[in-house]
Amino acid sequence: MPIDKIFKDDASEEKGERARMASFIGAMAVADLVKSTLGPKGMDKILQSTGRGHSVTVTNDGATILKSLHIDNPAAKVLVDISKVQDDEVGDGTTSVVVLAGELLREAEKLVTSKIHPMTIIAGYRMAAECARDALLKRVIDNKENAEKFRSDLMKIAMTTLCSKILSQDKEHFAEMAVDAVLRLKGSTNLEAIQIIKKPGGSLRDSFLDEGFILDKKIGIGQPKRIENAKILVANTAMDTDKVKIYGARVRVDSMTKVAEIEGAEKEKMKDKVNKILAHGINCFVNRQLIYNFPEELFADAGVLAIEHADFEGIERLGLVTGGEIASTFDNPESVKLGHCKLIEEIMIGEDKLIHFSGVEMGQACSIVLRGASHHVLDEAERSLHDALCVLSQTVNDSRVLLGGGWPEMVMAKEVDELARKTAGKKSHAIEAFSRALVAIPTTIADNAGLDSAELVAQLRAEHHTEGCNAGIDVISGAVGDMEERGIYEAFKVKQAVLLSATEAAEMILRVDEIITCAPRRREDRM
Amino acid sequence: MALAFDEFGRPFIILREQDQKTRLRGIDAQKANIAAGKAVARILRSSLGPKGMDKMLQGPDGDVTISNDGATILEQMDVDNQIAKLMVELSRSQDYEIGDGTTGVVVMAGALLEQAERQLDRGIHPIRIAEGYEMASRVAVEHLERIAQKFEFDVNNYEPLVQTCMTTLSSKIVNRCKRSLAEIAVKAVLAVADLERRDVNLDLIKVEGKVGGKLEDTELIYGILVDKDMSHPQMPKQIEDAHIAILTCPFEPPKPKTKHKVDIDTVEKFETLRKQEQQYFDEMVQKCKDVGATLVICQWGFDDEANHLLMHRNLPAVRWVGGVELELIAIATGGRIVPRFQELTPEKLGKAGMVREKSFGTTKERMLYIEHCANSKAVTIFIRGGNKMMIEETKRSIHDALCVARNLIRNNSIVYGGGAAEITCSLAVDAAADKYPGVEQYAIRAFAEALDSVPMALAENSGLQPIETLSAVKSQQIKENIPFYGIDCNDVGTNDMREQNVFETLIGKQQQILLATQVVKMILKIDDVISNSEY
Repeated sequence: MPIDKIFKDDASEEKGERARMASFIGAMAVADLVKSTLGPKGMDKILQSTGRGHSVTVTNDGATILKSLHIDNPAAKVLVDISKVQDDEVGDGTTSVVVLAGELLREAEKLVTSKIHPMTIIAGYRMAAECARDALLKRVIDNKENAEKFRSDLMKIAMTTLCSKILSQDKEHFAEMAVDAVLRLKGSTNLEAIQIIKKPGGSLRDSFLDEGFILDKKIGIGQPKRIENAKILVANTAMDTDKVKIYGARVRVDSMTKVAEIEGAEKEKMKDKVNKILAHGINCFVNRQLIYNFPEELFADAGVLAIEHADFEGIERLGLVTGGEIASTFDNPESVKLGHCKLIEEIMIGEDKLIHFSGVEMGQACSIVLRGASHHVLDEAERSLHDALCVLSQTVNDSRVLLGGGWPEMVMAKEVDELARKTAGKKSHAIEAFSRALVAIPTTIADNAGLDSAELVAQLRAEHHTEGCNAGIDVISGAVGDMEERGIYEAFKVKQAVLLSATEAAEMILRVDEIITCAPRRREDRM
Repeated sequence: MALAFDEFGRPFIILREQDQKTRLRGIDAQKANIAAGKAVARILRSSLGPKGMDKMLQGPDGDVTISNDGATILEQMDVDNQIAKLMVELSRSQDYEIGDGTTGVVVMAGALLEQAERQLDRGIHPIRIAEGYEMASRVAVEHLERIAQKFEFDVNNYEPLVQTCMTTLSSKIVNRCKRSLAEIAVKAVLAVADLERRDVNLDLIKVEGKVGGKLEDTELIYGILVDKDMSHPQMPKQIEDAHIAILTCPFEPPKPKTKHKVDIDTVEKFETLRKQEQQYFDEMVQKCKDVGATLVICQWGFDDEANHLLMHRNLPAVRWVGGVELELIAIATGGRIVPRFQELTPEKLGKAGMVREKSFGTTKERMLYIEHCANSKAVTIFIRGGNKMMIEETKRSIHDALCVARNLIRNNSIVYGGGAAEITCSLAVDAAADKYPGVEQYAIRAFAEALDSVPMALAENSGLQPIETLSAVKSQQIKENIPFYGIDCNDVGTNDMREQNVFETLIGKQQQILLATQVVKMILKIDDVISNSEY
């Protein structure tokens, strides 16, 4: 009796070994794709979008690469997802997490072919992950108490993060900037307060951190270009024609004169509004919405600086730095909180004019101006800086740090190996495999740098056999070296997230024994 | 086929457009149906039990779901076959009614169908098989009732409940932290349970997930969590002793439903309209302020001006809160949902000890915690996890655990899991079979055999020898006359499910047997399948 088709047309089903194979291959392909970007000597990728304009992105950031891929393999999608989450949660380690998950699956594949049940592998991996985490916890360094040391830790972390990116040439410069910016936040993780402005031209070294606030807008014509002791009103209100919001209202006129009268009334209304705003005693007015010519003229007459169409985040940030509240009604001038700053002036960066607010009341926010040769460089620089800022802001909250350069992986691998020896049963194979997967990370870093990875990793392993060793791979000199001396540090939170999410993802993929693909939703062709 | 002739030998048509239809009848129809049902059951078979595997489903839009939950897998499978759809329905109804055992019920039905096929080959009429199954299921259900144990718990001693939830969770991917999740589920259910009436309204438990963090960070919040933030970025992020006005009217100019027009034809009218508008906003905010509200939660949006006025008067507000959440907030804070500003009174305000905004990760995601509510009868389970699929799967697992806890509160009888219940039922049914004269006897025996397939699948998935293990456990049960022996899936070393603390609810098990029998009966009764061959 032939079995009827249970699924719809085009739907497919893959079972058992085949399903597992399909997901292994998919996941490993993705991992191999980003593998070559790992480490300080990792290479970049060019991504060309299929959309209009075929815009090109050059990047080294795992999350960015994976986000732009069109992937059909469901297991590969799981990896893309973990990389995205890693980006959202800690901001860095997006490549490492995918590479580790890929390696775990590669090892698992070998175990499955030697007839070990996936569930046994999962049990082993879990034990190993737990053990690895404990190993890291034992070795963390926490310098929260000592402010000076903590700052130098932050510097080192920032430099380690940046050294794998395009900014590696000027990593000290940028690390300084990132640390300054993050310390200004005083423990909050709200990175919105750090504004990054990209201006092509100049070199990366010309980038700078500005303590004040820079708004990428021009000052209206005929208005003062420089204001000292500015009182700023930040507003979100319509400054074109103020619409009547009551529903169903419409203007109905029967003659031209009436039209003129109403127009006059409208103008009068606008004038009232402007006067009310002026009654706040301000000399700078920033609005989120457009300011039409007429009110702008009125402001210019009163000698008030009016800035229109600042974007929403800009407004929020401005409110944040100047301490003003974002106003939408202007009837009670005495109770609206105005923002203050010492000096507003127009500055030039490259060819563009920007408005610079300096001497602001609350020093939380700041601006970073990035300069660089091209848009691609700037975009990549922004991503790199963003990674560094994310890691730093997370480290400020969780100040535990670790050494870098493959050191944590080796420490974990050693402990996990030890556990494997103590464990009875098939699980020990899986635990051993976990340790092999961990070692794959320093191996990849060395490989990418064109070094003899087998030699280096073996050397490293030997070094790690002594207690309290700080050895890691120093890619710059191409040898095993003391990581503490070289100042290569990483945040504990990042490493922990890499370890846990990679294990979780590998476990998820391993548990699957059947893939059912639904028929793709048909798009109506109306082309 | 569907052709008949009248007395003059002219054919007349019974089925319209017969050419375009395919038709299967008689034994062929039954066989085809059984094959389809079995195919569905086979897909789920490997997901059963603590060592069951997951399925990866790729939806029509390329989205990926990874699940171990029978109901979810079947729902997303995009099934086309009619009989297969019946199986999907079966799993869904188990999900709605009990919430757990959705895989088991399908595997059971598949086994029943397989046995039925064998009986059909012997030449037993399908109706007789169906009747035999019916009798057997009655025997099994009664037997379960007999062996079920009451099990005592109260608010202070909820350990047994936790154990049961752990049994449910152990088959899911979250089994790494089943202990803490089970505790969360039980605490949540106990918090909202009405122990007097023995009822639990699961709507009062909100399950919210956010990507990021670890599974271990999952927490139970005695209050409500809303995925929203304050409407104005400069409003306070933390409010103590909040008096909450819960509104379903927007802070916007009125929009009467009747069609109307306001004509402006003179300057004076224009002016008055303008004034009224301003006054209108002012009044709205003033009314909230007058009744003493310190927080406004609104289902709709705010106008910019209203937003600023709220901010200005120091009245924090949240906008675009969904209807369900609004209701939950109202229940939790003891407030009333107010549809018009005119109806705001101080009594209608909800009260909460603490309302705070919390941000997550590096992105600007914020959530609003409403805690220490006047009436703590609404709780939220907040799930964290490595990725989206993990969160979704955890949500489903928590839902199962919640359902199990609720079922226990409704009816605190339990049977032992790990296939123990099925094995003892199988024995009971087998013994009962001999008492029935007539052909049904064979069907009843087939039923007993089908019951064995559940422990068999469990053993298979756990990597044990299925037949060996099952026969060993069976003989042990008969020898010692104790219905607690099951399959040792986790390799603990004992078959005694009491020791392993593996239980399931009595109603869940009974429901499984009844539902599976019902569906199988339905499938067996079909003897003619007419379908459009091409559409």
